[in-house]
Amino acid sequence: MKHVRIRPNRRQLLQMGAAVGGSLVAGREALTLAATPRSLGEPVGPYGERSPFETSVRWRRQSQTSETGASFTPIQDSVGILTPSALHYERHHAGIPPIDPATHRVIIHGMVDRPLSLSMDDIRRLPSVTRILALECGGNSAGEWRARGGADVQRSHGLLSGSEWTGVPLSLLLAEVGVRSDASWIIAEGGDACRMMRSIPLAKAMEDSLLAYGQNGEAMRPAQGYPLRLLNPGWEGNTSVKWLRSLKVTDQPYMARDETSKYSDLMADGTTRLFTYAMEAKSVITFPSGGQTLPARGLCELTGLAWSGLGRIERVEVTTDGGRTWVDAELQEPRLPQALTRFRLPWRFDGQEARIASRAVDSTGYVQPTRQALIAVRGMNSIYHYNGIKVWQVRADGSVTNAEA
Amino acid sequence: MVVVAVAAAFATLSAQAPRHSVGRPPTPEEMRDLGSAIAPDGTGLPDGSGTVGAGRELFAAQCARCHGPDGEGDVGARLVGGEGTLATPRPLKTVGSFWPYATTLWDYVNRAMPFDRPGLLEPSEVYAAVAYVLNLNGIIDEDLVIDAKSLPNVKMPNRDGFLADPRPDVR
Ligand code: HEC
Repeated sequence: MKHVRIRPNRRQLLQMGAAVGGSLVAGREALTLAATPRSLGEPVGPYGERSPFETSVRWRRQSQTSETGASFTPIQDSVGILTPSALHYERHHAGIPPIDPATHRVIIHGMVDRPLSLSMDDIRRLPSVTRILALECGGNSAGEWRARGGADVQRSHGLLSGSEWTGVPLSLLLAEVGVRSDASWIIAEGGDACRMMRSIPLAKAMEDSLLAYGQNGEAMRPAQGYPLRLLNPGWEGNTSVKWLRSLKVTDQPYMARDETSKYSDLMADGTTRLFTYAMEAKSVITFPSGGQTLPARGLCELTGLAWSGLGRIERVEVTTDGGRTWVDAELQEPRLPQALTRFRLPWRFDGQEARIASRAVDSTGYVQPTRQALIAVRGMNSIYHYNGIKVWQVRADGSVTNAEA
Repeated sequence: MVVVAVAAAFATLSAQAPRHSVGRPPTPEEMRDLGSAIAPDGTGLPDGSGTVGAGRELFAAQCARCHGPDGEGDVGARLVGGEGTLATPRPLKTVGSFWPYATTLWDYVNRAMPFDRPGLLEPSEVYAAVAYVLNLNGIIDEDLVIDAKSLPNVKMPNRDGFLADPRPDVR
């Protein structure tokens, strides 16, 4: 594969650097430079790259093997409610398979009247839908159970991304194959080396599951399941099986390794919750957040993200005094069900220590709980589905740290 | 109520004829290539069988370099021990202490192990590896032969430890 890289030349970089520098001296230099002859910019190109000054990247968590790893979205740098596909979080269990869409097929079989083998051309011919959705790993914020969530919001909440997804409703394909009336589950399998497998209740498939191929205006990225993935809106990311190759209709769940050994929630009393699919309402302040420093005293815009796997975000309240008082943040429209919702609140930082946090309420009336309330019910061994209120400590000098550390 | 509505929807569904006429029936090669997915009642388990002894040799050759000679864990997860730890502040979740179904072990080893060469093992080798890991955990005796009949009947220690999702549970 040939890549056309668009790089500013050295002189352009120097000029842009001077302009971005922003100090008075740099400003004067820039003015002087502006009077000298200007050079031509780069020509048009086939596939764009971001400015070389933009350096925000995913953070890769250390793992036993690089193929079973995870990388976290830099949500502290994101604006709006969409994540660039190149920064979408990754979680793979056996690496990213190199799949040629011309030969890829998905097979729908099991308790059906007419088993089907579908090519990507077949899939793309069918009526499609497009939805903006949040995707969150079931293990996002796992470290928060034991207050070891990491120093910044990327590490504590970055297994979270928002995309526009396009695909075919699974219900449409189930009508094509004719599901037998005694069926109740679908076993989804991926085409990665470990053939990732999850059991999905048929009711979810009939409600809103998609076979997605498009992400943010183009084909989805290989790391997200190219050329085809299952997408279960509002559910833990692992159920949205990537590189989808098989959907088997059955009358029982298959108790796959990744729904029993993993992605199940161990309670303090030693019992374990099985099939905990939905991601309950959650929010986090992304600015100011851990590792950042407020540039100056005075007015700043406090902002963050809220989402619920069970509906629409109705309200986000923010406290800047450690939970004594809460005020409503402004919610960016449109507020879409199961999508990220951005909230904003003007805040005056006056050089005093402050404990800041956000609390989301969704359309089911569910209120995001405190960490203490979560632990009181579930203990600290759950690993998955942590959605407690996240507190950041703003110091007098404007630096921000993880209040729970 | 939801269940009734959903069941009604399915009944209508299967009565419907295909509307889009896309795709084609899968070929026998495609179905073979899919391999088996194993249900907890044993559905999908192929012919073949394995003993603890055969599994001990296979494990040393194919698994030990990542999981340790006695399944104690290394690059690959720890596969033994942890009984009695689930309700403690330091739970140790392994095949022995945590997994509810022995069929899951067959399914997973067959689909995903050895990690860097999945698909390498013949069904009888998978049965043998499963027998050995179960024996390492004290779940089956040395002389039990593991096959499609015996495997679904192996009672895992934590079988009854799994409950339905009760959420919303936190106020
Ligand atoms: C190259 C290293 C490697 C080899 C060889 C290997 N494994 Fe693994 N194994 C792993 C890794 C890594 C994981 C974790 C995968 C993940 O995180 O999804 C794993 C996971 C497992 C698990 C799941 C553990 C749990 O608690 O969820 C079992 C069971 C297992 N291996 C059995 C085997 C058996 C049996 C063999 C030999 C046939 C084998 N492995 C060979 C690396 C290896």
